[in-house]
Amino acid sequence: MSRQYFSAFSLFRRALSRHRSWQPQWRKAEPKPQYDAIIIGGGGHGLGAAYYLAKEHGLTNIAVLEKGWIGGGNTGRNTTIIRSNYLFNESAALYDHSVKMWEHLSQVLNYNVMFSQRGVMMLAHTVHDIQVIKRHVHANRCNGIDNEWLEPEEAKDFCPPLNISGNIRYPVLGAALQRRGGTARHDAVAWGYARAADALGVDIIENCEVTGIRRDASGAVAGVDTTRGVIQAKKIGVSAAGHTSVVLKMAGVHLPLESFPLQALVSEPLKPAFPCVVMSNTIHAYISQSDKGELVIGAGTDAYTSYTQRGALHINLHTLDAICELFPAFRRVRMLRNWGGIVDVTPDRSPIIAKTPVPGLYVNCGWGTGGFKATPGSAHLFAWTIANDEPHPINAPFNIERFRDGILIDEAAAAAVAH
Amino acid sequence: MLLIPCPYCGERPEIEFTHGGEAHLIRPAPPSSVDDVTWGQFLYMRANSKGAYTERWRHARGCGKFFNAVRDTTTDFFLAVYKSGEPPPALPVQVA
Repeated sequence: MSRQYFSAFSLFRRALSRHRSWQPQWRKAEPKPQYDAIIIGGGGHGLGAAYYLAKEHGLTNIAVLEKGWIGGGNTGRNTTIIRSNYLFNESAALYDHSVKMWEHLSQVLNYNVMFSQRGVMMLAHTVHDIQVIKRHVHANRCNGIDNEWLEPEEAKDFCPPLNISGNIRYPVLGAALQRRGGTARHDAVAWGYARAADALGVDIIENCEVTGIRRDASGAVAGVDTTRGVIQAKKIGVSAAGHTSVVLKMAGVHLPLESFPLQALVSEPLKPAFPCVVMSNTIHAYISQSDKGELVIGAGTDAYTSYTQRGALHINLHTLDAICELFPAFRRVRMLRNWGGIVDVTPDRSPIIAKTPVPGLYVNCGWGTGGFKATPGSAHLFAWTIANDEPHPINAPFNIERFRDGILIDEAAAAAVAH
Repeated sequence: MLLIPCPYCGERPEIEFTHGGEAHLIRPAPPSSVDDVTWGQFLYMRANSKGAYTERWRHARGCGKFFNAVRDTTTDFFLAVYKSGEPPPALPVQVA
């Protein structure tokens, strides 16, 4: 299928015909009885994996199975923050692989994902914070990742709404700034990958829930049972976020995952008032302003595991307390809506992109509270792993065996908080 | 916010409680003689059930006691609460 190419000229030309000549950006595919590979989960990670399988590994007989609508899970529910200032070498390589891909993603996909490198600033409120954040800054610079320490006045210069007075409960004592970090439009990421994958022949099948994973006599995967019939495939990639445990259980695979509700909320739209992304791990808040003008605010996870896609209001109130102290100008802003998603959290808060003990079954999960930033890199490495039946050197450390061997990539301890 | 039925104090709001993770995990003893697979299972593997899930809560800002609960993770309704040390009550089959 030839797709319409987006450019300033094509927008202008179709404006002349009153925008009535646009085509749907991807087909409503019907499931075929057999594919070379199936990706379970139509979020950014899954759609991206299908795209890279088709684009870089020549595997075009692929389906993406999505139980709801594409991008309706965590891809459409996150707070769109992108950064790569992680402590450990393995994480730095993984997340920076992704940031480098973000920088060209709009051009590669011919779809504006609105990636904006407006800078991500992480605040320090205690002596311990200062030490931890400076350690991160130095570790990042050793890994070739930009990150710089700012004194409170410099932080205020970069983000004028920030309150740096000494009389608040947790005063700002400094900040780390990654200028290459920023935000992107989450829906556009799902749509852009869907459109690009579809153009390469990938079938994107919505409203198709996987209910079972079939195995052959040797134990290898043979296909899936779905609400739209049986589909055969020799390779299956699971990219199902909070429901990964449920899907893998169908193949008898058990991973160290727990699914928690994670909430976010947005304000009424404001004029441009907030120039960057600010995060505070210590007082559990992060905030940015979308191009539509809403303040996008994220909180920590709820305390208990759940699959309900909703959480408790007191978690949001706790976050808003922190936002109001740090940015007094926003105290009278009204919040428009809040929502929750289900995130799959690993014990070390690092993801798993790996082969499973079942031949032909691959998994990309455990992104926890911070998977959006990794979408292109994760999808690219997952496709590589599926195509080559072995992990790429970047994702090799993010295997399942690390929980048996004790070789954790412990970003949980490094950040001392969910991120 | 959940209303959590503490078996000692009755229904109280969630902010009085801390969550203690999955219930009925048994520490293999002695750890020094346990192989890596068993120890890794104990440390990291959780049922993460979709449906009935047994978990520990502590009424930290109340009576201070730990207790166990069965909660449906698809609705967040509590199906049963019982004291630590008691066996989990018989319940319908788990959803997934």
